[in-house]
Amino acid sequence: MAQLVEVRWHGRGGQGAKTAGYILAVAAAEQGKQVQAFPEYGAERRGAPMRSYVRISDAPIRLRCAVRSPEVVIVLDDTLLETEDVTSGLVDGGWVIVNSSASPAEVKSRMGSPNVRVATVDATRISLETIGRNIPNTPMLGALARLRPDLVDLEGAKAAVRATLGGKLSEAVLQSNYQAVDRAYEEVQTE
Amino acid sequence: MGKLRPMEGNEAIAEAMRQINPDVVAAYPITPSTEAVQIFARFVADGQVDTNYVAVESEHSAMSACIAASLAGGRVMNVTASQGLALMWEMLYIAASLRSTVVLSVANRALSGNINIHCDHSDAMGARDAGWLQLYGENVQEAYDNAIQAVVIAEREDVRLPVMNCYDGFLVSHSYELLEVEEDEAVREFVGPYKPVRPLLDVQNPYTIGPLDLYDFYHEHKRSQWEAYRPAKQAVIEVGKAFGERFGRSYGLLEPYFLDDAELVIVALGSTAGIVKDIVEQRREGGERVGLLKIRSFRPFPAEEIADALGSARALAVMDRAAGFGSGFGTLYPEVAAALYAGGKQVPVVDYIYGLGGRMVLPEEIHQVYNELAPVAASGHPEQLTRWLGVRE
Repeated sequence: MAQLVEVRWHGRGGQGAKTAGYILAVAAAEQGKQVQAFPEYGAERRGAPMRSYVRISDAPIRLRCAVRSPEVVIVLDDTLLETEDVTSGLVDGGWVIVNSSASPAEVKSRMGSPNVRVATVDATRISLETIGRNIPNTPMLGALARLRPDLVDLEGAKAAVRATLGGKLSEAVLQSNYQAVDRAYEEVQTE
Repeated sequence: MGKLRPMEGNEAIAEAMRQINPDVVAAYPITPSTEAVQIFARFVADGQVDTNYVAVESEHSAMSACIAASLAGGRVMNVTASQGLALMWEMLYIAASLRSTVVLSVANRALSGNINIHCDHSDAMGARDAGWLQLYGENVQEAYDNAIQAVVIAEREDVRLPVMNCYDGFLVSHSYELLEVEEDEAVREFVGPYKPVRPLLDVQNPYTIGPLDLYDFYHEHKRSQWEAYRPAKQAVIEVGKAFGERFGRSYGLLEPYFLDDAELVIVALGSTAGIVKDIVEQRREGGERVGLLKIRSFRPFPAEEIADALGSARALAVMDRAAGFGSGFGTLYPEVAAALYAGGKQVPVVDYIYGLGGRMVLPEEIHQVYNELAPVAASGHPEQLTRWLGVRE
């Protein structure tokens, strides 16, 4: 892994981008990495576009600004593709993982940037079918684990979900989140 | 050796408070410090602490209750920010003048107007002359460590002054980082039991506090309060050293970073110091003699120590995250400049007002500051003393 890896989540208020960033940070910390995760708040409200940022490094992380050169961008809501510049600063060959029922090629055609790799997974449907609610954040971690296992692997993602949400969710709901992570890992599509 | 746990800044403050187990917390939560109070209130509800938690109807009442509880003989903590601190303003002076030992964590946030919830230092700087000690932390770890040390410093018999534990709103309060959490027992041992001096609840020895105090004695009382900040400075040093001996992380009034031979130096408070450290390392690799002086203790202000620490500097930039309206400078600049003048140091100093209302500090902006300092060092005369960094004009 490079010395500093940046990940940016795009979501809407209430979709869990902040929590997902924290879970990813927990997973990386578990591997002995230095981590930083923080949301970008505006006048936050449910449904409004928001971002959260994760930095993972072997060295102490002292930057405090927004993530500007992500290796991975995760989009929790594909309607943001039209309103947010999701590929901004994405490194060449970086991944954009989008929660969408469309194919990667279709989603890529909606973006202006050719040098990115696009993956899609229908995290909304997966979360509805497993957790019973539209909370696409934990399945997106499964998709990430498939594409960037150096950042988080499948077991690490699930352990971090438990470490972060274990106190708040019942065992049954945790298990359904595990299923969501597993299914997104299996179902994520690349070009 | 503590345990490494990922934690948000506010969670770390609540964790320190749980370990310290104060007698009284009287709080009125406010963004971006809300979660610290919220999490601590849960510790109270779950019986994990013995604290008497007082839900009040405003920050003015919060501070009033804190002062009363402290003078009654209790160990008292609280958390606030921005408008909340502003509403406490008149009580802040009373807290210090009556020698209460309240520890107030402040998630630094801009003041209205316009309404802004993000970080700058206007709130704490507005209280700089209130008589409180002010420590500034750079990251989640320092916010936690400072919360613990603040209690010991405040309660030392030769200090007995309230302490603000300042940590940058959102930038630290909402940043999820690895925190070395010390053992409960070790923290409790480090802070020790509170031994109040002349508590009001000692009904066998009643006395009056805060009475009318006119021109026959007020002047002398302020003189004696003035004297308290010298032992306070010593306490910050000694407690920081003792903390290092116990937990392996030492603290002082200042944190010099590559300062010994530094010619171009940035002076900063809070989380910005971390960004500057990154840039210092990068430029040092290119052979540039650049450094950072992080001020940890803004009150008491280490004027002599600052003048001593800047021995090799040929040009300085002071990073000001609060505009001192009408002064022509930010709020930190005049203090640093006075320290240098009083210490007989003739160094050109430039003021940079930056990051107001949470405007993010970019690495290239810190590079810009060092780039602009080079000609100042060469000529010895800055053409423009006060500059605004990252402003659209």
